[in-house]
Amino acid sequence: MKLVKTALIVSIMSLILSGCSSKGGVREESGAEAGVNGGPGGPEISKYGDGTDRGVYGGPGGTGYGPGAGGTGDPMLDDPTSPLSKRVIYFMYDSYEVLPEYREIVSAHARYLASHPERNVILEGHADERGSPEYNIALGEQRAKAVARMMQFQGINDGQVQIVSFGEEKPAVSGHDESAWQQNRRVEISYSGR
Amino acid sequence: MNRRFRSVFLLSVLLMLFSGWARSELNVEITRGVEGAMPIAVVPFGQTILPGDNIGSIVAADLARSGRFKPLPESEMLETPTAPEQVRFRTWQLLKQDHLVIGRVQPGAGSQYEAEFFLYDAINGTLLTSARMPFNAPETRRTAHRIADMIYQQLTGEPGAFATRVAYVTVTGSGPRDRQYRLQIADTDGYNPQTIISSVEPIMSPAWAPDGKRIAYVSFENRTSAIFIQTLATGERQKVSDAPGINGAPAWSPDGSQLAMTLSKDGNPDVYVMNLASRSLRRITDHIGIDTEPNWSPDGSSIVFTSDRGGKPQLYIVSSSGGSAQRLTYEGEYNARGVFSPDGRSIAMVHGNGGDYRIAVMDLQTRALRVLTNGRLDESPGFAPNGSMILYASKSGGVGQLAAVSIDGRVQQSLRIDAGHVREPAWSP
Repeated sequence: MKLVKTALIVSIMSLILSGCSSKGGVREESGAEAGVNGGPGGPEISKYGDGTDRGVYGGPGGTGYGPGAGGTGDPMLDDPTSPLSKRVIYFMYDSYEVLPEYREIVSAHARYLASHPERNVILEGHADERGSPEYNIALGEQRAKAVARMMQFQGINDGQVQIVSFGEEKPAVSGHDESAWQQNRRVEISYSGR
Repeated sequence: MNRRFRSVFLLSVLLMLFSGWARSELNVEITRGVEGAMPIAVVPFGQTILPGDNIGSIVAADLARSGRFKPLPESEMLETPTAPEQVRFRTWQLLKQDHLVIGRVQPGAGSQYEAEFFLYDAINGTLLTSARMPFNAPETRRTAHRIADMIYQQLTGEPGAFATRVAYVTVTGSGPRDRQYRLQIADTDGYNPQTIISSVEPIMSPAWAPDGKRIAYVSFENRTSAIFIQTLATGERQKVSDAPGINGAPAWSPDGSQLAMTLSKDGNPDVYVMNLASRSLRRITDHIGIDTEPNWSPDGSSIVFTSDRGGKPQLYIVSSSGGSAQRLTYEGEYNARGVFSPDGRSIAMVHGNGGDYRIAVMDLQTRALRVLTNGRLDESPGFAPNGSMILYASKSGGVGQLAAVSIDGRVQQSLRIDAGHVREPAWSP
């Protein structure tokens, strides 16, 4: 009997929470509501077809890196007077050419990586929201690869660079004009392996 | 025992209440309609034994949404017959109705209920079709959609698509580090939305298997892309590709045995085809630059894809066994995400020109391109299974929403869901 009661309370609580969050309100996440293969921060998988919205929501966070997301582990990288403190490269629309004004930043990171073979970077390619989402994934990857190639010319190990493209899925700025778009067409250099 | 039963009962009542409340409802609104839509009277069904949704009202709403019918408002009905012997055609002729639908719900023999409906030519006073459909309470809306499909087919000569579903991705959250991505499935009138996967990392590119029982999609849950196939009824899923680099743009072959996809494991984004039984890969394109967004012709013989090999993204077509590709589009500076119509005669695409991105259709015979929409940021087109409408993603007021347009461009609908940004719709088979 006690079990039934507890189950009842848990169910109601989770329903209240899911109700709030689908209305864009409170986003309290209950890690206890594990799905088929959801760990904390992982996805929650649900069956379809039982007539109720069984969607439970993923655990919080898991997205904590990128420029400004915590330290890089080396003061040299965070010195504001050094080009190494700049870790976002911007691009022209539908282009994956590294513009001349960003080449010095890329070179500075390449030199740093060449002299710090224990350090690795993730180059995260992004696109603005215009056009097709999957084309933008490809565009973001071409941008990240263009940056990686410049770095590789300067003698870093292939293993020091990892590439991922999020296309238009993770805009830095939400907005729907050129001023937002130009901030979203970017490659973020993220140091890992500290 | 009795108290236990009461708790369970209370729980189910609460479940029902909350699931209704928690629903992120989708509102369908016709934003551009057809002149001369057919007047039809769909009388509310006699269904005192069945609580809730009236089948007649659901049928009327479906027909109205197609843009091809103009159902008579219930408030203007002078009579509400629910059985053939109660019908007086003179009444409906006076109300200038071409067609009349009546029906009722009765207790079923092998099922809980049975719906019976009659479709009449109101002008000539003749019965066009009628049917009896057994169903259980949870299938009420689906039964209504099936009736709407039968009426639509009888009167237009084309199959209806009301009893199908739509998958789409919602993105909620305020900032770059606070986003939640959900893949949801709802009925085409927006009812019964259900989340099948939810993640803090992007979910993209849902693609229905031809059997309608599985969906392929891209998930970044491991902070890099991977393609999954999820069986809807069980929630069971398989990872079919997580090669280094891009794993994207899954597209089922018409027989469901192969999955075309974009992989960049060999250097740059190219189109590959995976045999799902053996997991073996066949490379379809091999070109520097971007090749992506494959889509199969309905006969499985060719694949259309997007490539920037000419400097700008344009559509190309290639045999599904590989070989040299032919350029399809020349008009406009940006043509991407080509999808074949179910009859294979045309291709819908995102067409960028002068800074606007709209949905266009190309007739494959004449190669003429027709722009169907008037948004600034329209994308992700996909055909209804009957080929009558194209569902796409649009941004209105800065919010991602779904919209649909008829292939002749005459009917346009907006589908508003109160769930953040709504993107990448995919219409079920």
